[in-house]
Amino acid sequence: MTYADIVLKLINEDDRYIIMTSENRAAFRALPPLIPKNFIDTGITEQTMIGMAAGLALRGRVPVVHALATFLTMRAFEFIRTDVGIGNLPVKIVGAVPGFLSDGNGPTHQAIEDVSIMRGIPNMNVFCPADEDDMLKGLKTTIQYPSPFYMRYNPTQALVEHSPLEIGKAETFGDGTDIAILVYGFLFGEAFKAKKILEEQGKSVRLINIRTPKPIDEDAVMKAVRECKQIVTIEDHLITGGLYSIVGELLLKNKIAADVLPIALKTWFKPALLNDVLEYEGFTAEKISQTILNNFQ
Amino acid sequence: MTNKKLTKLQNQALKVREHIIRMSGNGGCFIGASLSCADIILYLYKEFLNVSPENLSDPKRDYFFLSKGHDVPALYGTYVELGWLEESRLSNHLKTNDTIYWHPNRNIPGVEFHSGSLGHNLSVAMGVAMDCKLRKQKNKVVVVVGDGELNEGSMWEGLLVASAYKLDNLLIVVDRNQFQANMPTEELIPLNPLKKKFEAFGCEVKKVNGHNFEKMDQTFKEFPFQKGKVSVVIAETVRGKGLPSIEKRADRWFVNFKPEEVEGLLSELHSKKKTKLTSETIVAR
Repeated sequence: MTYADIVLKLINEDDRYIIMTSENRAAFRALPPLIPKNFIDTGITEQTMIGMAAGLALRGRVPVVHALATFLTMRAFEFIRTDVGIGNLPVKIVGAVPGFLSDGNGPTHQAIEDVSIMRGIPNMNVFCPADEDDMLKGLKTTIQYPSPFYMRYNPTQALVEHSPLEIGKAETFGDGTDIAILVYGFLFGEAFKAKKILEEQGKSVRLINIRTPKPIDEDAVMKAVRECKQIVTIEDHLITGGLYSIVGELLLKNKIAADVLPIALKTWFKPALLNDVLEYEGFTAEKISQTILNNFQ
Repeated sequence: MTNKKLTKLQNQALKVREHIIRMSGNGGCFIGASLSCADIILYLYKEFLNVSPENLSDPKRDYFFLSKGHDVPALYGTYVELGWLEESRLSNHLKTNDTIYWHPNRNIPGVEFHSGSLGHNLSVAMGVAMDCKLRKQKNKVVVVVGDGELNEGSMWEGLLVASAYKLDNLLIVVDRNQFQANMPTEELIPLNPLKKKFEAFGCEVKKVNGHNFEKMDQTFKEFPFQKGKVSVVIAETVRGKGLPSIEKRADRWFVNFKPEEVEGLLSELHSKKKTKLTSETIVAR
């Protein structure tokens, strides 16, 4: 089943679901002719699309809206916050090419603060799937959830099969106690490979796929903090407001100090093809594992 | 419109203005914009819209959005006259024991959606209008906007989309009181020729005196103005209408009047003799 298949099935089962886009059809090119009564393309108008989604939700609809993550979360931010957030309306906001996935587009298209600003909205939830399998496992659950959701659209091929999504529950791989790698979204794949490299170097590693930075799985994070010598957060996001900040907030809340190594962005990344971006910015599995080892020793 | 109905509307409009004046003390309100919009809101609810807190689940009921959220005193004053809101609650204005503050919110029966940030409720109303179209329902969807609000890009973005989707169940009413917060619109960000601007965006536009119930009745009865087009009414109004000491005054936009000034304005409403005012606008946008 593809993203479009799942959405189509949901619409065929329940007329409340409606697909909207500001002229971004990458996830469902073949879908519009099949769902003429459940599809609205508002053109290049992120603000109007979000306002209309709120209006549709007032009528009992569940709009799933699509646009590039930067324009959606930043151009239309105040509409999301004011119409969807204050209204606590079940609008599902799907941001395309988030983080490194905007590869060659340049800084205008780099959504590397989206998690920070979306999680700052009361009532809003955030889902950052690790890959396509993770996204499809969680899609129905997030769409059917009664509150607003922001999702980082991620069609990258999966390295592992994921479990069904439980909102607010992370997915933990391994029970190593030297190093705990906390990651969300696209970089899960590199982190998964980095775990193997580190294990070949004799380290015991656990990998935590955060899945929903909000609501965060506090139990999984604090268990890792208690059991592991080194915590690492990895994200294709600015170091402010994302996972490193979330872990910091949890440590303060629990009055615990820990050694946390952030692997995150300090400014906009070098635009290039995706693999070259990872190499240049130091986010390949090899570079991640080297950064961790350098810090660990 | 019968003389009896006209007289009743005029008397109720006076009562709404009394509510507005009383809400301009104890913390104040956006009195000028509320007075310009009072007749429009009262007319729409009394004569044009089929909506009340009792019929919200009726698939045929209409929708009203107040996008220029400053007009809370006119909106809630109208709700009191319609019997939807206890008059005593208006004295809870700005108190923590109620939810009556400077902008509308859905805790007040009758309020379809919150507003306050300008340029929002057009697209929200469009979402409702779109859904009515998709479901082949005939509900009227009305959104009242300010002329100053037309500075916002989202208004014109919304019009493009509303025209593209031929939302002829949507009616936009502009409270054309010629002022934005601190300045006459034509001196700060000119809107004229406003009718031509809306027409260029694909709307069918009518102008009307927004204080004349008979003229409004003739105009609104023609809705939808043209099949396949968004209808726009430019309601020509006077900021501060009904109080000569406030009318068309940029310095009486938001005012927190002293108790004796409130009493003076209440008598001015009926006598039209200017009362002595010293309070002026105390907050700027």
